Amino acid sequence: MLPLPPFALHRPRTVQEAIALLDRLGAGAMLIAGGTDVLPSMKLGLAAPRDLVALDGIARLRGVRLDADVLRIGATTSLDVLGSDRTVAEIAPALAEAARAVGGPHHRRMGTLGGNLCLDTRCRFYDQSAFWRGALGFCLKKDGNQCHVVPGGQRCVAAASNDTAAAAIALEGRVVLAGPEGERTVSLRDFYTANGLANTVRAPGEILLELAVPLRRGRRSAYEKLRRRAAIDFPLLSVAVRADVDDDVVVALDVVVSALAARPRTVVGAAAAVGRAPASVDVAAIAAAAWKECRPLANLDEEVEWRREMVPVLVRRALARILSPG
Amino acid sequence: MNGPGRIGARARRGDTLRRARGETRYTADLTLPRMLHAKLVRSPHPHARVVRVDTSRALALPGVVAAISGTDVPARFGILPFTPDERALAVGTVRFVGDAVAAIAARDERTAEEACALVEVTYELLAAATDLDTAIAHPEIGLGAKPGDNVSKKVDLAFGDVDEGLALADVVVSGDYYFEGSAHVPIEPHCTLAQVDGAGLLTVWSTTQVPHYLHRELSRVLGVSPARIRVVQPPLGGAFGGKSEPFGHEICAAKLAFVTGRPVRILLTREEEFYVHRGRHPMRMRFRVGATKDGALTAVDAETAIDGGAYSSFGVVTTYYSGQLLTIPSVSPRYRFSSTRYFTNKPPCGPKRGHGSVQPRFAFEVTLDKVAVKLGMDPIELRRRNAVSANTTSVNGMRVTSSGYLECLAEVESASGWRERRGKLGHGRGLGVASSAYISGTNYPIYPNDMPQSAVALKVDRSGTVTVFNGASEIGQGTDTMLATIVAEELGLDLGAIRVVSADSDLCPVDLGAYSSRGTFMNGNACLSAARQIRARLVEAAAIELGVAPADVFVSRGFLCVAAETGRAVAIDAAIRLAEARHGTLSAVGWYKSPQGLGGTYRGGAIGASPAYSFTAHVAEVRVDLETGAVHVVKVWCAHDCGRALCPTLVQGQIEGSVYMGVAEAIFEEHVIEASGRHRGPNLLDYRIPTSLDVPEIDARIVESNDPEGPYGAKEAGEGPLHSSIPAVANAIYDAIGVRLDRLPFTPARVLRALREARDGRERLEKGA
Repeated sequence: MLPLPPFALHRPRTVQEAIALLDRLGAGAMLIAGGTDVLPSMKLGLAAPRDLVALDGIARLRGVRLDADVLRIGATTSLDVLGSDRTVAEIAPALAEAARAVGGPHHRRMGTLGGNLCLDTRCRFYDQSAFWRGALGFCLKKDGNQCHVVPGGQRCVAAASNDTAAAAIALEGRVVLAGPEGERTVSLRDFYTANGLANTVRAPGEILLELAVPLRRGRRSAYEKLRRRAAIDFPLLSVAVRADVDDDVVVALDVVVSALAARPRTVVGAAAAVGRAPASVDVAAIAAAAWKECRPLANLDEEVEWRREMVPVLVRRALARILSPG
Repeated sequence: MNGPGRIGARARRGDTLRRARGETRYTADLTLPRMLHAKLVRSPHPHARVVRVDTSRALALPGVVAAISGTDVPARFGILPFTPDERALAVGTVRFVGDAVAAIAARDERTAEEACALVEVTYELLAAATDLDTAIAHPEIGLGAKPGDNVSKKVDLAFGDVDEGLALADVVVSGDYYFEGSAHVPIEPHCTLAQVDGAGLLTVWSTTQVPHYLHRELSRVLGVSPARIRVVQPPLGGAFGGKSEPFGHEICAAKLAFVTGRPVRILLTREEEFYVHRGRHPMRMRFRVGATKDGALTAVDAETAIDGGAYSSFGVVTTYYSGQLLTIPSVSPRYRFSSTRYFTNKPPCGPKRGHGSVQPRFAFEVTLDKVAVKLGMDPIELRRRNAVSANTTSVNGMRVTSSGYLECLAEVESASGWRERRGKLGHGRGLGVASSAYISGTNYPIYPNDMPQSAVALKVDRSGTVTVFNGASEIGQGTDTMLATIVAEELGLDLGAIRVVSADSDLCPVDLGAYSSRGTFMNGNACLSAARQIRARLVEAAAIELGVAPADVFVSRGFLCVAAETGRAVAIDAAIRLAEARHGTLSAVGWYKSPQGLGGTYRGGAIGASPAYSFTAHVAEVRVDLETGAVHVVKVWCAHDCGRALCPTLVQGQIEGSVYMGVAEAIFEEHVIEASGRHRGPNLLDYRIPTSLDVPEIDARIVESNDPEGPYGAKEAGEGPLHSSIPAVANAIYDAIGVRLDRLPFTPARVLRALREARDGRERLEKGA
């Protein structure tokens, strides 16, 4: 069995207490919510926090509520609850579908939305045991100085592997972060960076409090995931689409593709749909644009060429679901 | 008049509720006072000379109790007595990434793990062969038994004039196939607990399916008399062939128990499971099959290169099995195979469910499908025309007694709606068929001897309880329940009145282990013999009590009664007491030894020889996503001739498990070692076994041919139903999309590529025309 390294567990009851703890404990501390990502990382030697600050005791971080024209989802809301919530399914189907696509039932029961949005990037040369990585000579992301995905590469290109990220971006979500300096709101579009070592703008002392998704009439969304098995697998590609339709005219359309590198990508070519009736949107052209703009890397298992070929297929399937009548 | 009616009755396994309730204590659940935990230091290099192993820094870590390296346990061992080429810890060289170099015992797992990182090993790197091609092209790497080659075993056998047969054929189909290999992935990883007590007795509890061979090898390697060793196999959480030989970690645990004087446990990680391996061999196969225009096979010619990994394991046997079992159930009058097993610097391959013959079965059955297409013949009809008959001997000398093969074909043909549906499901959906045969126990033991291969001892208690002391290994396949069923049938007892104590060398007579699908046939026959001896005593006692002749006494559930007048009866427990009063304490031993002289008389003719053969036919239905290339196996119909289903619930369970495993290997599982020698992803995210959502609907059908020598006519069911599941899926894909996939597994990327190549080919043809 892989032994878990030793750590001290802290269970604050309020956000203020948690922020103060993070501040006091410093760099050796990590947040833990469901633990479905943190604990395996610790067993693999990818993270060695001296202290774990658990968020499960903070009641205000849990739950889904509709607040006037904004859907607010607390960070420690489980993916299981998120995936089965009727309000979420109605307002933000892409997010509900993404939540249901994470892992298996056990992961979804333990795993949280906040945890998934902040999931560490993944790479087949990184998510391995210390022995395996040692035999490889380690990598940019942990303990080494070379990239095995892009030979000679100086920037880590580990993949954003969170199902909910693409959906939250497509839905124009915003997260509320709280830190010693107070609270700030960040659009999901700006939340992720291209840095595979740590791909969010969340500072180590900050806590993600909630995801806010705006309510809008005529909004449709969908999520598609590429994976080999019908459960458990992280995405080999992650595609979320959103269309805002007023009086049978598309006024906005977003296609977000993730699990490529560290940062989810918004397909520029999707803008061509604006001004058309949903039924006359050139889905094939948008799928082709997505193919052109999205280049998966050899950071995940399965053939890169196949993953790229699947970009337009998934984009087409997702768009067909939100653009076809009924 | 019916007997107790246990044979053929549905029943739950004896241990089901204990397992479901979490009461079963697996090896990893066992703890002893003062127990130490051990971890192994493993090589990060695929091939290297071990210059120096320095454990001094590890030993200095607080909590570390002992460290051993290769020179502490230098004796070579191996499952086959002719090829002992393994050591518990490396001496001189390491041969794959993951080969063990040292072992540390400490107060807990974490300390042992930390100490492993402190062991300093100096390696001198050597040229490595991390794939079959390199092993073939670079003999100078010298991994073989003889210097200057990498060959583990070569077998060339020919039966009849194959060249003449191919010349006689109206059609000849050739094909090249590749099977990357797969791992067993039992849910329970390997674990061993060893204790040396004050009396000097070494007790080893281990996740093994061959306690007897472990007993022998522990004695030999440690230089300890077998009289001072007890081997116990606790309940297993899956094995599938991956626990069927002695392992280095078992020897290390025992050695460390001697060194420290304290109990020592080694529990492997999931990653280490992939290094210990013994999974299915990668094989590259070339087949040529000839047939006349009316579908009679004229010759089969096979050439196979086998990637053995770092050590021999069962390799000699694997090499024979890669050819020997293909002469039935489709019979060709001429057959030839040439198989070479090469050593590579990869985790050692071994036996996985269907040992050595699942890979060539895939190649052969797909080739047969191609022959059928070329002849314009229904592939079931082609198989029917070449079907093996009962009471015949195959070209390579296998004696076939019973056969329900034709019934198996008929079952899957009608159940799947084959005639009405095949070729009519539309593009992207299809049906495929394949069939196979398997041994019911290998006829000869691993070490040559004339003793029984299996034995049980029955202890009959005057309370009406019978205990079966059984040498065989329950590994989830249900042997314990099979034995209880036989005793219940013979003695008229409830299943709940029978205890089965298995696989403990101090308590149970010797059985050779759970491999080669030998349990029901050999262990079952041994038990039947013992139970009938007790039955005769009970019948005699009841006859005297009832004042009738023994021949007039009939055994039913709970009673021995007068056949003509069932109201006159003696309860079973009363009969036991009467018999005990008359004869003294009741017990009996039963044993089984297979008929001598089976198999061919040529060198290697013993391999493939079995007292009986099972037969299987599969039809698979697939749906192919033409955009993603994903193959969805919708349903599999499997009909298996198990001779007689002693407990149909268990037989169907084995069929379902086999189909699950076969489909997993067809679609998902691929045990890849990269050129560097590193495993591509030794974990359950990268190595994908199907989830419950990925499993096809399975229609498991039992065919009963009543074997003359099997217990009540029974044969095996544990491995046979796997073989043809894989080619059935391959052939269904062809029916669905008109494209052949000759390399396993059938990943979406490969399917899509094959579709594109076919389309490009068609376009070129059209342009050319």
